[in-house]
Amino acid sequence: MSQIYTLKDKQVENRLFINRIIAALIIILLLTSGLIVRLVYLQIVGHSHYATLAKDNSIKIEPLVPTRGMVYDRKGRVLAENTQSFSLELIPEQIKDLDDTLSRLQKLLNISDEKIEQYQKQRKRQKRFASTPLLMGMSDEEIAKFAVVRPFFPGVDIQASLVRHYPYADLAAHVVGYVGRINEAEMKTLPIAEYRGSSHVGKIGIENTYENELHGKTGYAEIETNVQGRAINTVNSVPPVQGENLYLTLDMDLQKTAYDALGDFNGAVVAIEVKTGGVLVFASRPGFDPNPFVIGIANDAYQALQKSENQPLYNRALRGLYPPGSTMKPFIALAGLEYNAISAEHKIFCPGYYQLPNVSHRYRDWKKGGHGSVNMSDAITQSCDVYFYSLASTLGIDRMHNFLQRFGFGEKSGIDLTGEKAGLMPSREWKRKQRNQAWYPGETLITGIGQGFLQVTPLQLARATATLANKGKVVTPFLVRNAANPDSLEPEQETPQEDLALKPENINKIIAGMVNVIHDAHGTAKSIGKDINYQIAGKTGTAQVFTIKQDAKYNENDIDFKLRDHALFISFAPADDPKIAVAVVMENGGHGGSVAAPIAGQVIKQFLGDNNEN
Amino acid sequence: MKTETRSEQFDPPSLLGNILRKLHIDIPLFVGLSLIALLSFVILYSAGSQDMDVLIRQAARVALAFVLMTALAHVNPYQFKRYSALLFGLGLLLLLAVLIMGQFGKGAQRWLDLGFFRFQPSEMIKITTPMMVAWYLAEHALPPKPKQLLIAGLLIIVPTLLIAKQPDLGTSLLVASSGAGVLFFAGLSWRFILAICTILTGLTPILWHVMRPYQRDRVLTFLNPEADPLGRGYHIIQSKIAIGSGGIYGKGWLGSTQSELDFLPESSTDFIFAVFAEEFGLFGCVSLLALYLLVISRCLYIATQAQDTYSRLLASSLAFTFFVYVFVNIGMVIGVLPVVGVPLPLISYGGTSVVTLLAGFGILMSIHTHKKFIPHS
Repeated sequence: MSQIYTLKDKQVENRLFINRIIAALIIILLLTSGLIVRLVYLQIVGHSHYATLAKDNSIKIEPLVPTRGMVYDRKGRVLAENTQSFSLELIPEQIKDLDDTLSRLQKLLNISDEKIEQYQKQRKRQKRFASTPLLMGMSDEEIAKFAVVRPFFPGVDIQASLVRHYPYADLAAHVVGYVGRINEAEMKTLPIAEYRGSSHVGKIGIENTYENELHGKTGYAEIETNVQGRAINTVNSVPPVQGENLYLTLDMDLQKTAYDALGDFNGAVVAIEVKTGGVLVFASRPGFDPNPFVIGIANDAYQALQKSENQPLYNRALRGLYPPGSTMKPFIALAGLEYNAISAEHKIFCPGYYQLPNVSHRYRDWKKGGHGSVNMSDAITQSCDVYFYSLASTLGIDRMHNFLQRFGFGEKSGIDLTGEKAGLMPSREWKRKQRNQAWYPGETLITGIGQGFLQVTPLQLARATATLANKGKVVTPFLVRNAANPDSLEPEQETPQEDLALKPENINKIIAGMVNVIHDAHGTAKSIGKDINYQIAGKTGTAQVFTIKQDAKYNENDIDFKLRDHALFISFAPADDPKIAVAVVMENGGHGGSVAAPIAGQVIKQFLGDNNEN
Repeated sequence: MKTETRSEQFDPPSLLGNILRKLHIDIPLFVGLSLIALLSFVILYSAGSQDMDVLIRQAARVALAFVLMTALAHVNPYQFKRYSALLFGLGLLLLLAVLIMGQFGKGAQRWLDLGFFRFQPSEMIKITTPMMVAWYLAEHALPPKPKQLLIAGLLIIVPTLLIAKQPDLGTSLLVASSGAGVLFFAGLSWRFILAICTILTGLTPILWHVMRPYQRDRVLTFLNPEADPLGRGYHIIQSKIAIGSGGIYGKGWLGSTQSELDFLPESSTDFIFAVFAEEFGLFGCVSLLALYLLVISRCLYIATQAQDTYSRLLASSLAFTFFVYVFVNIGMVIGVLPVVGVPLPLISYGGTSVVTLLAGFGILMSIHTHKKFIPHS
């Protein structure tokens, strides 16, 4: 480009550009004038009209909060209800000296500093002219005390509201869960329109899983208000849709039996109705009282629960991970039959220990001196470890992993509760990925007796037992049953059952062995088989918490309580037509047959006894 | 040739003036922007229910944006020109990345999460699009020929459509107008402008089909807010009530009753002008508009003083886009435009738009303070 050409061009460009700037300025001024004209129209011409709308009679939209649905057990007993409660509420904008009012109230009603602090925090988050509760769940005495001096406290008033209450307290706290104040994180995720006016939301358990159903749909009322903001007239309203009532499969009689039977032990009991998957018992001990959580638990009380050695807040039935011990043996035996790795009649000699070829390490049987020559039924009945070391060695970890996984080990059961743990069903692949190590043959052996990496939840144990009792049709546990037809005991919907397509004769052989556990003279749980006109099938288990040395002897009395073995028991009954399956885990309970089995026995007898009466 | 500013040679030295000059800051622009930012804090305090936390967060963002503005003011405008195409390309890539990630995520996706901070590529596009178009047109003689128009048109339409697809109608509108601004200042013939306006009007039925349901709702609501007073028309009606009840002098600071009693949703963000109008009345509104016009005029003046075509086009387009920002937001709040998500520049609560806007002003300051010395004629 030549210098002269560019220069000429520049002049043209300059003129053009200045013209455009002027044009732009004119456009901008015109459009701005348009805005101003509109503002004049709104603020001068329309002022009195809009001022009337804004001030004298405004339409205010008030949320109409739905009542939260109730929760009932299978026999219609209330597990969660809404009770009238009174709270002391303050509107800071109507109070002249807030600090003075607070300190006078504190003296009058004996309010803790912590509560005052909490109130101050909450107040800052509120909109102006909104009332904030200072004291919730007031006693009659407190109400009376305040009522007398109320004229001296402008801007302070007692408000009635519905508060969630759990009559069974700790007994079903882990299943039913609780509601608590909506916190800041929840505020961001909950639908704002639906929760306008709601202060609480389900935090755990059924209250959390079924939040949508229980909460209902918020309605609204258009209210005409006067200058002071007082309601004059309701123009229009859309009523709220009340929360759905939920009917659980849980039987609180059985739940109480199981919970009480656990006594001072930490542990869990899960009982499932075999045909439907309905959960009858879902007990985790120790429990906790969920009621303080509703009105806001005091910090020190919460810390005490959090830090307690027994971890009462922990839902052991749903989230507790335990080595299943010998309760795994019926499933391993079934795997052996299904894969044709062994016949039920084949006998293995048990000298009290098992050795892998060319390895000096002895894998010990729980019975010193051994069980002698045992077939499959004997091995299940007497819980012979050597038989299962041998069978595990024949099967190999891959086949055991694949088979046990089909019974739901290592995966969530799909129960309608949030926070379920999947447990761990180890495999070669898992070990390579997680630990970057090869699988060792010794690990196959201990997996065969339910030790090693294997970890299961009590719920998984109960589910697998129910699936076995159901002849291989997979049982999916559930808690909430048909909401539309609460009188029937049918589940909300018949869950499609996956069929594991196991050979009936194989299952029958396993069940026969499990019946002997209770009804044979050598059975490890023969104590619970008396005085009943049906048969129970079961299997005891004892899970090591720590490993004893090769030559040391395990002596219950010598070791610390917390290091004692966990006692486990799985069972179902009646053996010929199973109706109920029960899994019991007692932490540090010692031997499964002596402590865990009687608990399952009580639950089974009570359930079948009840059913027979009906 | 040495780079010096004209004022350094002739103005009597003052301490503050000297410091600001060393910082490459244009004083009138800086004063105007600071006044708007201060006003923003005053209104936010009232609109945000007197929450100091809200104020502190916003102040931190504004401070950061001022730092960015100052930093950009130091960059020689030649560098902006040099990297225009590269930055534009990068912006488009990030925009595509966001769109693709959005396919896997749920619903609208505008953010790119870089771990330590979240970044909205569409904000970057607001500045890089006019840069790109200005760079492209400045390479050729003005006014642009049909072929250049076609290419410039493509450069504008591609990012606009990508953002509209997010979907973010407000931002895509701003990007389109920033690009169109460059074309306008480059001397696009009036006849052509008229033709495009006619075609766009003709395209309205097609646009209607392309729009998402919620976007259609907004247009319908704009046309007749009273049809659905509690649902979609609620914003506009409540906003008009708030503004109208403000009258000539307003109800005074913190006197807004409509936002306090929760009648006015989004009172701190897109609808903050309604709170302002209620509290400060027509008097305040006109003053605020005057303040905006002062800033815009200064920017246009800077554009006329710019020494090359690229700087001129970019500066004037940035000034124009700033006006579009103001006009679209206030127009929507007072009910003369449909509701699109555009904040009131420098006043609405939120960080992204403040940062982008002040980055733009940083470029303007860079253009103005890096001029080569030309003696008075």
